[in-house]
Amino acid sequence: MTIEFGNPDRPNSYIGKTVPRPNAGRLVQGRGRYVDDIVLPRMVHVAFVRSPFAHARIAGIDANEAKSVKGVLRVFTGQDIAEVCTPWVAVLAHLKGLKSPPEYPIAVDRACWVGEPVAAVVATSRAAAEDGAALIDVDYDPLPVVTDMMSALDAETPVLHEDMGDNLAFRRLHEAGDIEAAFKSAHKVVSTRFRTARHTGVTLEPRSILVDWNPAEGQLTAYHATQAPHMMQTVLAEHLSVPESRVRVICGDVGGSYGIKVHVYPDEVATAAIAKIMSRPVKFVADRLESFTTDIHARDHEIEARIAVEEDGSITAMDIDDWTAIGAYSVYPRTSAIEGNQVVNLCGGPYDFKNYRAQTTVVFQNKTPTCQYRAVGHPIAVAITEGLVDQAAAELGMDPVEIRRRNMFRDDAYPVTSPANMRFEGLSHHASMNKLMELMDYDGLRAEQAELRKAGIHRGIGIASFIELTNPSPFMYGIGGARISAQDGCTVRMDPDGSVVALSGVTEQGQGTEAMLSQIVAEGVGVSPDKVRVITGDTQVTPYGGGTWASRGAGIGGEAALQSARALRESILTVAAAMLQTEQSRLDIRDGQVVDAATGESRMPLEELGRIVYFRGDTLPKGLPRELVQTRHFITSDYPFAFTNGVQASYLEVDIETGVVKLLKHWCVEDCGRIINPQLVDEQIRGGIVQGLGGALFEEIHYDADGQLLNGSMADYLVPMAAEMPDMVVGHVETPTKESLLGAKGAGEAGTAGAPAAVMNAINDALRPRGAQVTEMPFTPERILRALGVLED
Amino acid sequence: MKASVGGYARASDLRHALELLSGSGGLGRVLAGGQSLIAAMNMRLSAGDLLVDISRVSDLSGVSDTGERLLIGALTRHVEIAGNPLIREHAPLLSRAVQYIAHAAIRNRGTIGGALAHADPAAEFPACILALGATLHIEGLHGRRDVAAEDFFQDIFETSIGEGEILTGISVPKAEAGEAHLIEEVARRSGDYALAGLCLVKRAAGHRVALFSVGPKPLLARTAMTALDRGDVEGAAKALHDELDPPSDTQASGAYRRHLAQVLLRRAVARIEGATA
Ligand SMILES: Cc1cc2nc3c(=O)[nH]c(=O)nc-3n(C[C@H](O)[C@H](O)[C@H](O)COP(=O)(O)OP(=O)(O)OC[C@H]3O[C@@H](n4cnc5c(N)ncnc54)[C@H](O)[C@@H]3O)c2cc1C
Repeated sequence: MTIEFGNPDRPNSYIGKTVPRPNAGRLVQGRGRYVDDIVLPRMVHVAFVRSPFAHARIAGIDANEAKSVKGVLRVFTGQDIAEVCTPWVAVLAHLKGLKSPPEYPIAVDRACWVGEPVAAVVATSRAAAEDGAALIDVDYDPLPVVTDMMSALDAETPVLHEDMGDNLAFRRLHEAGDIEAAFKSAHKVVSTRFRTARHTGVTLEPRSILVDWNPAEGQLTAYHATQAPHMMQTVLAEHLSVPESRVRVICGDVGGSYGIKVHVYPDEVATAAIAKIMSRPVKFVADRLESFTTDIHARDHEIEARIAVEEDGSITAMDIDDWTAIGAYSVYPRTSAIEGNQVVNLCGGPYDFKNYRAQTTVVFQNKTPTCQYRAVGHPIAVAITEGLVDQAAAELGMDPVEIRRRNMFRDDAYPVTSPANMRFEGLSHHASMNKLMELMDYDGLRAEQAELRKAGIHRGIGIASFIELTNPSPFMYGIGGARISAQDGCTVRMDPDGSVVALSGVTEQGQGTEAMLSQIVAEGVGVSPDKVRVITGDTQVTPYGGGTWASRGAGIGGEAALQSARALRESILTVAAAMLQTEQSRLDIRDGQVVDAATGESRMPLEELGRIVYFRGDTLPKGLPRELVQTRHFITSDYPFAFTNGVQASYLEVDIETGVVKLLKHWCVEDCGRIINPQLVDEQIRGGIVQGLGGALFEEIHYDADGQLLNGSMADYLVPMAAEMPDMVVGHVETPTKESLLGAKGAGEAGTAGAPAAVMNAINDALRPRGAQVTEMPFTPERILRALGVLED
Repeated sequence: MKASVGGYARASDLRHALELLSGSGGLGRVLAGGQSLIAAMNMRLSAGDLLVDISRVSDLSGVSDTGERLLIGALTRHVEIAGNPLIREHAPLLSRAVQYIAHAAIRNRGTIGGALAHADPAAEFPACILALGATLHIEGLHGRRDVAAEDFFQDIFETSIGEGEILTGISVPKAEAGEAHLIEEVARRSGDYALAGLCLVKRAAGHRVALFSVGPKPLLARTAMTALDRGDVEGAAKALHDELDPPSDTQASGAYRRHLAQVLLRRAVARIEGATA
């Protein structure tokens, strides 16, 4: 079974075309249904009392005054919730040595970060619950805090979790080749310290959950803004002791997730526990301050790194010492060791070199927990790698593009294994770089830069090659014992009028999953996309799947959809062949009609076939298979991950008197394999770039030495906004994966992976004539002026 | 968070508003454009207020020419300040400031009186009226009074508006022929409050320099003004360096803000010279 993807005029050629998004009309008409829009009979609201201390013993909780507030129904402490809900421990067996203490939905006797829930107030309205929460009197005994990353393991630093022995959550060292010898014999060695700031994902729709427990049926229904409904079904079932078959997670419209909504949050599980105790629907919607203090944070890393190069620019070695602090607990069930682990796996990714050493050290501290956020670890690894490569090029007096061309894996080198032991099936670094050079007119831009420099205008050009991990297999989480599905399924059925319904285990977070699925199913069956209704996000009706994470929706969920659609097509043709008294191989389905495969001549509309199968089955031969519904599941098995690649470029201007960076233009050429919907891919790349630019220039969560979060609002935590964004040019090279018929890899994180490094290199390219360099993100005007040495304190 | 409001009443005219305020037992709070107040209430930074909504008091809005001066009603919205022909002609500093204030939706609602009464040290209008030497008109149940801009701003978010009083408008002197108005600022993103900002007015009588986001209130840089009058730009920059002691926060340190003030001053002067050269 093959599809002639190369022929745009093939019948039903929807894969590879921009088709309208089926859910766009609903959303722009304000007909979306987010969790907060759902109102159930007898529904109540919960607000949480959150620790104002980064570390404190909870000596007592006095709720009397709160209970007298009009509308307040009940107050819960950690102990109350612990009676119906078991704690969790977020470790994975394949991350050897990773440790984390049991975590409860509401702190039981000790709060470990500012914002950790310490009590819950349930009331008839959110406002009344907040009034009550304000009156809860918690008696705290403040404890010593751990807030500095680099001294977390020092002997004099207090141990955050006594039972853990020390503040080390995880450490992994990877070594390949002979690093010491390589550095000793190197022509040049460049070392740098990098820093990436603590971020959070800032979803437009905050975290939201509404849980209903029906004791008569023993059924728990959670309406949840989540990326992974089946994972949440499993988690709620396990910790609230309900069979999985009786836990239904419904995930309707979701207003962005970026990884933020793929984790288990204590307040959300507490909401479910409260629903079970009170036997009535309970809603929790985080407000913006809660989002900043309790959504997972990410990317808080400090890195010492060095690179060894030969005179001709060839890289001989890289040595990376990465540190990250993950807050007070490893986050369930994906754990908080993955990001550091990714840095080890991804540094040096595009390059063919031999000697590699990387270590990540993951420590506990009294801050909001960190976990996976869009492009997990990639922006860090790419910044380190590309920063080093650029500095090496500068040392050698070599053009940054040239040094990359001399080191990138050749386009015909695949399959190949990297020094970090990542296996690449097929990448296109050189083709992508060539395309980028063309798109941006590199030489022209360099000439313009030189000309303007004479006039005192400081412009910079930055290049960043990258790899992106997509389509994960169970090697990511499953082998470590997490009940996180890497496989995904799709059920496709034909209704009597010939229209098609597809039920998929991947989810729609606003990224266009349903559009992508509709066109795959349309092509797979042979109907137009508007005839396909896609249903996602309901564990009671869709096949079991993993949902949205690690850029897997198109590659895994899309392939399951294609396989099930093709299977349905076969079932339809079996019936059609019987009805038309011909051979099945002589028939095809095109645009909702059974046609003669050779001539394209219509033989019967699907509607007629539906009528016969469903209402006049007596006229068909006895025993003829007549299932107009097919389910297929897909999992990758040849490679642990389908890597993609690409290269980005940034052109910008630095005002050396104010330190302000103006982004002038941005380019990305990427290779996500088969492109299913060009517009959706381009918008994923653009949106991803914007998030990466946010990290490069704006986003930084600040804490003081006591562990108090200092910027918990949209006025103080600066997300990238339209006015500062440059024009973006997106180009593609297509190297489909051979693991699937569809050939699609992921595209969701490439933009975020490469953008910060491109900007960093561009800024440093602009500053280089002045002898200055920045490597600490975000590159604020002040940091740039400090690098230039113009500020005196 | 959900706001916790003590009550709400819409005033039909100024007198009604003043009566509502005086009857509120000290809990009354004027609601104008709501662009600062509602945000504060939604964070429960302000709770229990009895809101007195003056947004429909029509005679507090609009701009009129009183001969020597322009009278600008307190309820005149940012977007109107930007577009009003009288202001563009006679007090261009104000209309130019608007491009730096927040975003279109906020400028459509926020009022100049609200911005001045709110007295955010990083806001543009307070520094503008200081540079222009405006007069503020304040009214209570027991009468009106006029306050010079230099006496109006007291501390961070504090002005000389007394309890039960309402700012009804401001008067600004009309620009003389040849007068130059400039506003310069640096913000992290367009629409953000400035990291530091500067207004420069050059009149026959001398220069006026007002800075914002460099201290607890907008500041008239008198030594720098005298230096500029002498034609000593570097002396003026040095005066800023010596006199300013800006605060540090998560966006920028005091040292950075002080440096920026000097850069902005040099740029503003250069732009005036460029324009007249
Ligand atoms: C996202 C965002 C960004 C912003 N950025 C900027 C910026 O860059 N620069 C800037 O200058 N501003 C900025 N603002 C604030 C904006 O300009 C507000 O409109 C202004 O500060 C307040 O005006 P208002 O009419 O909305 O006042 P309100 O919010 O209604 O009132 C503010 C305060 O003033 C009092 N008050 C209002 N009117 C009177 C009156 N006539 N007499 C007595 N007291 C009164 C109120 O009681 C309240 O205490 C921003 C606001 C937002 C939400």
